[in-house]
Amino acid sequence: MSGGSEQVTGEAVAPQPVAKGRDWAAFVAAHKIQIAITLILVGLYSLFLTGNPDVFLRYDIYRSFMSTMPFFGIMALAMTFVVTLGEMDLSFPSVMGFSTWVFGTVYVSSESFLLALLACLLVGVIAGLGNGLLVAKVGIPSIVATIGTMFLWRGAVNMAAEGKGIALVSLRESPLHQVFVGRLFDDVLPMQFVWMVAIAVFLGLIYRRHRFGSHVLFVGDNAASAAMMGIKVDRVKIACFMLVGGFAALAGVFLTSEVTYFWPSQGDGMLLTTLAAVFIGGTSVFGGKGTLYGTFIGVLIIGSLEAGIVAIGLTGFYVQFLYGLLITVSVSIYALLLRRGG
Amino acid sequence: MTASESLLSLRRITKGFGKIPVLHEIDLDIGSNEIVALVGDNGAGKSTLIKVITGVHSPSSGEVWFKGERRNEHSVKRSREIGIETVYQERALADQQALWRNMFAGRELTNRFGFIDVAKQKAETERLLRRQMGFTSKAITIDSEVRGLSGGEKQGVAIGRALYFDADLIILDEPTMGLSLKETTRVLDFVKDIRRQGKSAIFIDHNIFHVYDVCDRFVILDRGRIAGDFRKEELSQPELVRKMLLLATTGSLDEEGAQA
Repeated sequence: MSGGSEQVTGEAVAPQPVAKGRDWAAFVAAHKIQIAITLILVGLYSLFLTGNPDVFLRYDIYRSFMSTMPFFGIMALAMTFVVTLGEMDLSFPSVMGFSTWVFGTVYVSSESFLLALLACLLVGVIAGLGNGLLVAKVGIPSIVATIGTMFLWRGAVNMAAEGKGIALVSLRESPLHQVFVGRLFDDVLPMQFVWMVAIAVFLGLIYRRHRFGSHVLFVGDNAASAAMMGIKVDRVKIACFMLVGGFAALAGVFLTSEVTYFWPSQGDGMLLTTLAAVFIGGTSVFGGKGTLYGTFIGVLIIGSLEAGIVAIGLTGFYVQFLYGLLITVSVSIYALLLRRGG
Repeated sequence: MTASESLLSLRRITKGFGKIPVLHEIDLDIGSNEIVALVGDNGAGKSTLIKVITGVHSPSSGEVWFKGERRNEHSVKRSREIGIETVYQERALADQQALWRNMFAGRELTNRFGFIDVAKQKAETERLLRRQMGFTSKAITIDSEVRGLSGGEKQGVAIGRALYFDADLIILDEPTMGLSLKETTRVLDFVKDIRRQGKSAIFIDHNIFHVYDVCDRFVILDRGRIAGDFRKEELSQPELVRKMLLLATTGSLDEEGAQA
């Protein structure tokens, strides 16, 4: 979805998966989850387009989507690795909050975007390392460990910021501000969306084609077998939690740069939408299976749902209900698809 | 055989956990291209002995020689590097991953940036599947997930993987456990392949009939000591069964009940 035009034609021509020279049936069998989620996206946008063509045939709404989706989308892409392990991280919104406080504080004292960015990423990665050590070395189930660190980091940001926000208007003067959240082609393409696409492609390559991604799949599938095959299970787990911590910090930099303000509850409310994007994307909660493509489409779905629901004439009261409906229906479809193919 | 001639030599290997001794001064040689059965009752020390050989445990005392060199470092990684592979009871496969990934689990063929050479891994898996392991069924392809395979086929993949990495000594820890008769036959064929390819194996199995069929030599372990060591020519199958029974009931291999 590089722009709105694809979505507009999406109603008339469903994107046929192209089986480049390969057997069509085999391609469909191997990618049924990806195909299913693409169809869900097309169906949803068909609904939006017929429900309110005035809004959805104009470009403005897509620019708005592209500027806001990356804030949770980048975290959803990284979370796909942790979910593939069969693990869970509930602390990343708090990690985003604390590392962004570091970003704001360092920026105010140093006036350096770059220094603030590096400090912020470092804090995020260290918070992730803490989660990883608790899970892999101390042996606490990840959902329990990250409930602890969720409160810990949110508490830390509350203590540090004492409830006060940080105004960061002068961020706009930094050239890096343009690199992170500028607008390309005369206010057409928000840079944060370009970054999200680049990160999705990069992490997708790591997931499917790199040794590390392969090890994540093995550990998530069967950690005991992975260990017998010489895979360093603990190290793989710790690295995945560090990845989420780092990308939560990066997402915080995008968000803070866009609004040029830090507030202590930053990240709150992103937990469930982020996880919803991963699960709608077809990554298995049992581990060992998933796709970054699915998560990316999941982000597009979750990120446009609220505006779409309101635009087609329903009130905001319907939003949560339809979130719930979409999530339960899509994960049921995947469960049935996988059972039949099992 | 001397330590320098055999593929693997154990000299006076003793291993205990805390105060509980499990192995007492084991001397054992495994020759080149030899399939050796390790038999004995539960608790005889078979799996501890195996773990000393594969590097999971370090011996409390004694020496391990492999290909004429004394081993100082005991780790699974090092064992694999010098050519000792283990096919575990649990088969060490990941169910939801494709065969081409499983074949290279933990030892992916990558470029220097760590990216997997998918084409090469697939081609090698295909070659292994069709030629070496003799999988002819069209239903099994390199993209098949392991969970679609039967127990025997899984064991075949695990053995094929060990052979691919050029192991000189393959240790098979109860490879026929939980398999149907037909699948067991298939696994025994895989074991015969090991000999055909000029490699050696240590084969652990509770079933004497399986063991007798494929092995060249039988080493009987009893309460941490080697109670007997026979070549196939020296012993018929009924004799082996009788000796095992005697050992279980009298604690000795000899008819009179005296130590052999």
